[in-house]
Amino acid sequence: MPSARPSQLFRNLNAKIASIPMILTAVVVFLGGTIWTVVYSFTNSKLLPRMRWVGFDQYERLWDTNRWLISIENLAIFGVLSLIFSMVIGFLLAALLDQKIRFEDTFRTIFLYPFALSFIVTGLIWQWLLNPDFGVQSVVRSLGFDGFNFDPLYNADIVIYGILIAALWQGTGLVMCLMLAGLRGIDEDIWKAARIDGIPMWKTYLFIVIPMMRPVLITALVIVATGIVKVYDLVVAQTGGGPGIASEVPAKYVYDMMFLSQNLGQGFAASTMMLLTVIIVVVPWAYLEFGGKGKRHG
Amino acid sequence: MKPFKALLTASTFLGAATAASATDLEVTHWWTSGGEAAAVAEFAKAFDASGHKWVDGAIAGGGSTARPIMISRITGGDPMGATQFNHGRQAEELVEAGLVRDLTDLAEAEGWRDVIAAPSLLESCTLDGKIYCVPINIHSWQWLWLSNKAFEDAGIPVPTNWDEFVAAAPKLREAGKVPLAMGGQPWQRKGAFDVLMNALGGKDLTLKVYQDKDAEVAAGPEVAKIFAAAADAREMAEGSNVQDWNQATNMVITDQAGGQIMGDWAQGEFQVAGEVAGEDYTCLPGLGVNEIISTDGDAFYFPVLDDEEQSKAQEDLASVMFNATTQVAFNLKKGSLPIRKDVDLNAANDCMKKGLDILLEGGVVTSVNQLITPDTNTQIEGLMTEFFSDKNITPEDAQARFAEIIASAE
Amino acid sequence: MAEAGLIDHTDAAAGSHSRALEGPRGARPRRVLSRRNIILYGTLFVVAVYYLLPLYVMIVTSLKGMPEIRLGNVFSPPVEITFEPWVKAWATACTGLNCDGLSRGFWNSVRITIPSVVLSIAIASVNGYALANWRFKGANLFFTILIVGAFIPYQVMLYPIVIILREMGIYGTLTGLVLVHSVFGMPILTLLFRNYFTSVPEELFKAARVDGAGFWGIYFKIMLPMSLPIFVVAMILQVTGIWNDFLFGVVYTKPDIYPMTVQLNNIVNSVQGVKEYNVNMAATLLTGLVPLVVYFVSGKLFVRGIAAGAVKG
Repeated sequence: MPSARPSQLFRNLNAKIASIPMILTAVVVFLGGTIWTVVYSFTNSKLLPRMRWVGFDQYERLWDTNRWLISIENLAIFGVLSLIFSMVIGFLLAALLDQKIRFEDTFRTIFLYPFALSFIVTGLIWQWLLNPDFGVQSVVRSLGFDGFNFDPLYNADIVIYGILIAALWQGTGLVMCLMLAGLRGIDEDIWKAARIDGIPMWKTYLFIVIPMMRPVLITALVIVATGIVKVYDLVVAQTGGGPGIASEVPAKYVYDMMFLSQNLGQGFAASTMMLLTVIIVVVPWAYLEFGGKGKRHG
Repeated sequence: MKPFKALLTASTFLGAATAASATDLEVTHWWTSGGEAAAVAEFAKAFDASGHKWVDGAIAGGGSTARPIMISRITGGDPMGATQFNHGRQAEELVEAGLVRDLTDLAEAEGWRDVIAAPSLLESCTLDGKIYCVPINIHSWQWLWLSNKAFEDAGIPVPTNWDEFVAAAPKLREAGKVPLAMGGQPWQRKGAFDVLMNALGGKDLTLKVYQDKDAEVAAGPEVAKIFAAAADAREMAEGSNVQDWNQATNMVITDQAGGQIMGDWAQGEFQVAGEVAGEDYTCLPGLGVNEIISTDGDAFYFPVLDDEEQSKAQEDLASVMFNATTQVAFNLKKGSLPIRKDVDLNAANDCMKKGLDILLEGGVVTSVNQLITPDTNTQIEGLMTEFFSDKNITPEDAQARFAEIIASAE
Repeated sequence: MAEAGLIDHTDAAAGSHSRALEGPRGARPRRVLSRRNIILYGTLFVVAVYYLLPLYVMIVTSLKGMPEIRLGNVFSPPVEITFEPWVKAWATACTGLNCDGLSRGFWNSVRITIPSVVLSIAIASVNGYALANWRFKGANLFFTILIVGAFIPYQVMLYPIVIILREMGIYGTLTGLVLVHSVFGMPILTLLFRNYFTSVPEELFKAARVDGAGFWGIYFKIMLPMSLPIFVVAMILQVTGIWNDFLFGVVYTKPDIYPMTVQLNNIVNSVQGVKEYNVNMAATLLTGLVPLVVYFVSGKLFVRGIAAGAVKG
């Protein structure tokens, strides 16, 4: 080794060198970009980012805007439901596929293929399927169930559930794949031991396997959560935020403000609020998750 | 800047003669559907004929897609040669920041002001007395399209104005028709509202509200009438479960709906469906009440480039776009009106000719887009979207919110 | 030799790896028509139908002519099958003035996707490995920033990135775009690898250390072969994300390297005029074909028990 003295800096040198891209990305792009955004959220930048200070004006207007409030409410409902459903469905599908079944490849690809389609198209196709005049409703009615009503996209009270159906269809496949990778990491011996002890399968899953899969579950959780916060294209393609403003979401508010209204300041203020919420939720969790247990040191 | 400008002026005069060396010029636009693309092809053809090469950068999705591209390319130091942009106040800031090419010398050399169909077209390209864009067509919003067959089915004569149309609504309902087709997108609803204001309130009211941003007028009795009419429209539009404007137009074409308030681009749909103006459908400019039309439309902007040859090519392109021959070729394909009054449009159909007549008589009102910022525009769009889809919002409440938006508008 | 020792200690892992590639090992008893199997396959079948229904509608629609689509029922099979929409989507649909359909951007997309996927996975897997096994002071701080960064809507970062690329002198180039994709793929991928490597048994790692294997040695000899399923997941994520990206492709490059999604967007998302749903659907399916093939082929690596056995150490 070239360095004679055991300097703090050179300990673990390879790992540090290997982490340079990550450090640069974190500091320059994410931290830098965030600070840039927050700073400009206090200006009245319109089409171009400009330093024209207006204090908290953008934030006052933001919280005065009905559309923003509805967006947040929608995101909350959509977020909670889609988090629960995609995790549960994803896990169940993975568990089913992990039963040494035939045609695993085929089933896996069937559950995963929607993920390959862009949101624009997912939105379009579900817009058709949920259209009361020629989608599911009309088909069921033509089968003789005249009273059948299913038009989520045209009913302001339940439109967000219509979007949820499409989002789950598109996204659960990936969660399933992640869970499957996690299940495949579980040692066969654990199953054998559980079987010898006569523990029923569901109990083995719930009390032994799932706790062991914690890292993968967290990965899945974060992937789903980032997808939820950023949900945009799907809403645009499926409802355009309608009926009225019943299915607006925060990311769409941000985008529309930046590029439709040409009000960058307002868009930045909205995204700063989104980011602030994320930081409040994520940072304490990240501290517990990554900070606490210093498992390995090289 | 000074010597550069002198150079510009000089090259303008030499322009036509030298037609110079071939230069590639990248042009960004969002015209991707059949008729639109065919129209753009006319520009490209004419530009290529001038010895240059049009590099096409078509992106569907309208201004909201083009804006990030344009800003990124300019701030990234690599702008395109020319770009379509909504004119009016949307490009104001780019011009102020000195990022857009000044075309005044070219415009003066070619005498644009003398041949322009309506002065407001060039005005919307002008900032501090300088011209920064080429207007290329005129679209107007103020049209009511009616299905003759739908009224026949309901056993009533085709209305000749908005009030008759409102009165006919119950009969249409009885005959199983939706009186008014209206798509769900915000711009359609805001557009319909502005048309009601133009037609029922008149030019002065529109200007007081949108140009002077007079909040008192916006909260006053005259605008209250417009909101009452909008409430009528809301009732008449109940049952029109479509999103896109052309789906709504299709309801009129297939006689499921009585009528639609939509811009002159709706005409293309009737034509494609093989319908004949006057026989199958009726068009009422200004809703048959107040025959004025607005001069909405499209324009091209030219970012400032360092490369001299490309700058020259930009100028040639601007000149080609304004040229009388290209104007006719382009607008016939696009279904819009040319921006020059010295051209002849024999091929135009009845409705287009009606529009042309109104235009030449000066029945023109400045487009709302040119009066308010996109920000204000979106706020009103939001309000109208809520208003038209939620019957619980009374016209009075909506008007109060409208007045607030106007009061805070820049 | 350290090499030999290393192999000694890890042959269990390597063995299970090669065994794994042979496919599922029938450890659990299986009867063909047991009640369990009926419920299992029954459930899978029903769920599969739900997932396939939209695909069916898309395929059926893409084979119909426009008049038939206007008639209404989206579920009815085509009366007259036509492949014209597929031909049109691939070869003749117009993007502005260029009427050569999706084929125009296909190779651009390939040129963008391959380096972006390889680079982003390479960087992120090493990051994750360093974070899981070679933790250094401050590493978690950067990682937390990265994770929070994953929640920022892309659009917000559009302009700051332009400034960064301009300063680096790679704005408007393929290199710039590849870098952007790597940067935005990094948070999730790093998390993915970090968490997967954390669950690899520590004994294995320690044994290799004792044998004198270093940072890279352990990465290539132990971690990589044991982590095939997670590499597959990473690949699925990246191929899909990058292949389907529209925003970055259009904002950070020029028309001559626009990806295929620009054409897809132009076909599907035209603002005015008649929507040709059959061409839309064909174009969508064509664009989705590449990720689909990747899913199916790489999915073979997903076989059971790759890490199993290694756990014994």
